[in-house]
Amino acid sequence: MNYAVLVPMLVFLLIIFFIGYWSSRKLASSSNFISDYFLGGRELGGFVLAMTMVATYGSASSFLGGPGTAYTLGFGWVLLAMAQVVTGYFVLMILGKKYAIMARRYKAITMIDFLKARYNSTFVVLLSAFSIIVFLFSAMAAQWIGGARLVESLTGLSYNSALFLFAVSVLVYVTIGGFRAVALTDAVQGAVMLIGTLVLLIAVIVAGGGIPNIVNDLIAENPNLVTPYGANGDLTAAYVSSFWILVGVGVVGLPQIAVRAMSYKNSRAMHRALIIGTFVTGFIMLNMHLIGVFARPVMPGIEIGDKVIPLIALETLPPWVAGIVLAAPMAAIMSTVDSLLLLVSSSIVKDVYLNYVKPDATLKTIKRISFGVTGVLGIIVFLLALNPPELLIFLNLFAFGGLEAAFIWPIVLGLYWKWGNKYGAIASMMTGISSYIALHFYNLANGNLFGVHTVTVPVLLSLAAFIAFSLLIDRKAYQYTIQTPK
Amino acid sequence: MEELDWRFKIAHREAWIGLGLALFNFLWWFGFAYGLGSRPVEEYRYVFGLPDWFFYSCVVGFLLISVLVVIVVKFFFVEVPFDEEEEE
Repeated sequence: MNYAVLVPMLVFLLIIFFIGYWSSRKLASSSNFISDYFLGGRELGGFVLAMTMVATYGSASSFLGGPGTAYTLGFGWVLLAMAQVVTGYFVLMILGKKYAIMARRYKAITMIDFLKARYNSTFVVLLSAFSIIVFLFSAMAAQWIGGARLVESLTGLSYNSALFLFAVSVLVYVTIGGFRAVALTDAVQGAVMLIGTLVLLIAVIVAGGGIPNIVNDLIAENPNLVTPYGANGDLTAAYVSSFWILVGVGVVGLPQIAVRAMSYKNSRAMHRALIIGTFVTGFIMLNMHLIGVFARPVMPGIEIGDKVIPLIALETLPPWVAGIVLAAPMAAIMSTVDSLLLLVSSSIVKDVYLNYVKPDATLKTIKRISFGVTGVLGIIVFLLALNPPELLIFLNLFAFGGLEAAFIWPIVLGLYWKWGNKYGAIASMMTGISSYIALHFYNLANGNLFGVHTVTVPVLLSLAAFIAFSLLIDRKAYQYTIQTPK
Repeated sequence: MEELDWRFKIAHREAWIGLGLALFNFLWWFGFAYGLGSRPVEEYRYVFGLPDWFFYSCVVGFLLISVLVVIVVKFFFVEVPFDEEEEE
């Protein structure tokens, strides 16, 4: 076991615990438990807001899978990853002020509250809650596996013990601290990611003898590595560009991101978050994926992509620095997991239980149920991650694309298009999810339709369905206006 | 009587700005990447050791967009209250 690496990581975990504890004390004195637990009382400032979005979105794949793929495919994959710069500002500008205003008017705590108030339909609520619970649950389990693998490779613990350690850490602070704990720890984790990637990038460049040297080595090995087309020349412009939908603009439809656009304190916080978020997202994505490419000449022959970042950090940095830097992917995974955990439990407690099971529950009951559901969910995910079933891995493949196809139009057009109604929303969600799943199988068998990522076509189909059904059935203009007393 | 919330006009304009910025971002990113990147590798030039297509598309593109976001937010975005006003 490598203590020099382990100690900085443990210190990092302790800081995270402390924040959870501190938030729980603030929560105890809260007068509005639901809003506080699930939304941090709508008082996030610019920096925390930006970081929580970046940290939630930047998951295991950005820190382990993404750089690993860049290692294999070269600069073309970095180009693809840079499509994510747009998420830094796009989500906040599109949802922006209108979503914040409407969410407050509707007194919405979750994305589903927003949809419920806008479309006034039980079916929309239940369909949304169902999608969120199924898809995000699977996404969460996959992240836990990633987290456990990282702990495993660093500590030499068995997979099961690593998973246990990871699960307990996440559960303790989410359960006690709620959204504020999550957002604040995200801010710390975001900062760690930012500095960690910079340090590691510099270390890799130094180890490789400078950028020109590294690039020459890459060309000597395979000139395709420095083109936009990938090592085998099979990254086409259409395919790479279609990632603008999956990891760029489509992110507007992800519930864990959309809920953050409800939580800002005021316009000033939103403006600051726009600027910080754009810079931080771009900076982390650029550095992280470049590290992946540059690592190739420095450490050739790494077979498992996920191990590129841990191995290169251990190779090029002094152990204690590696420990701090590797806290970055750890941070990314934890902060994604905790947000998902909270979102799934808010869907159960707030959207289903409080709406349909027991609307008049007392504060004490709500508290107990919120803690309970969050805890039980965590334990179920833990058990599933011990020995992941086929179905889970299968559903996880759909998680992000499926959610985007389902939610992007009901949210965006619900905000900006007065003719949008519940029939449009239902048709759009059903079309999005079913065409995404159908196309997934088609693409597996025949190669990508039109040469683009699976999410592209379902997003367009669900747009068509939204518009057609809204106009055809029960067409009525929605009033965004406020009643001003005479 | 109903009247359109004055804040929505601002919100709508800012959403359009977001859309425009995303479009510009895409064109810049795509144009440099495939405009310069499609040449044979021997003809690539290098800036700070990075292939030129990558440097202009991803590095300059990212910095340019960050600057544009700052400019847009500072000069075109208007602060509005989010809570419903009680007066009138």
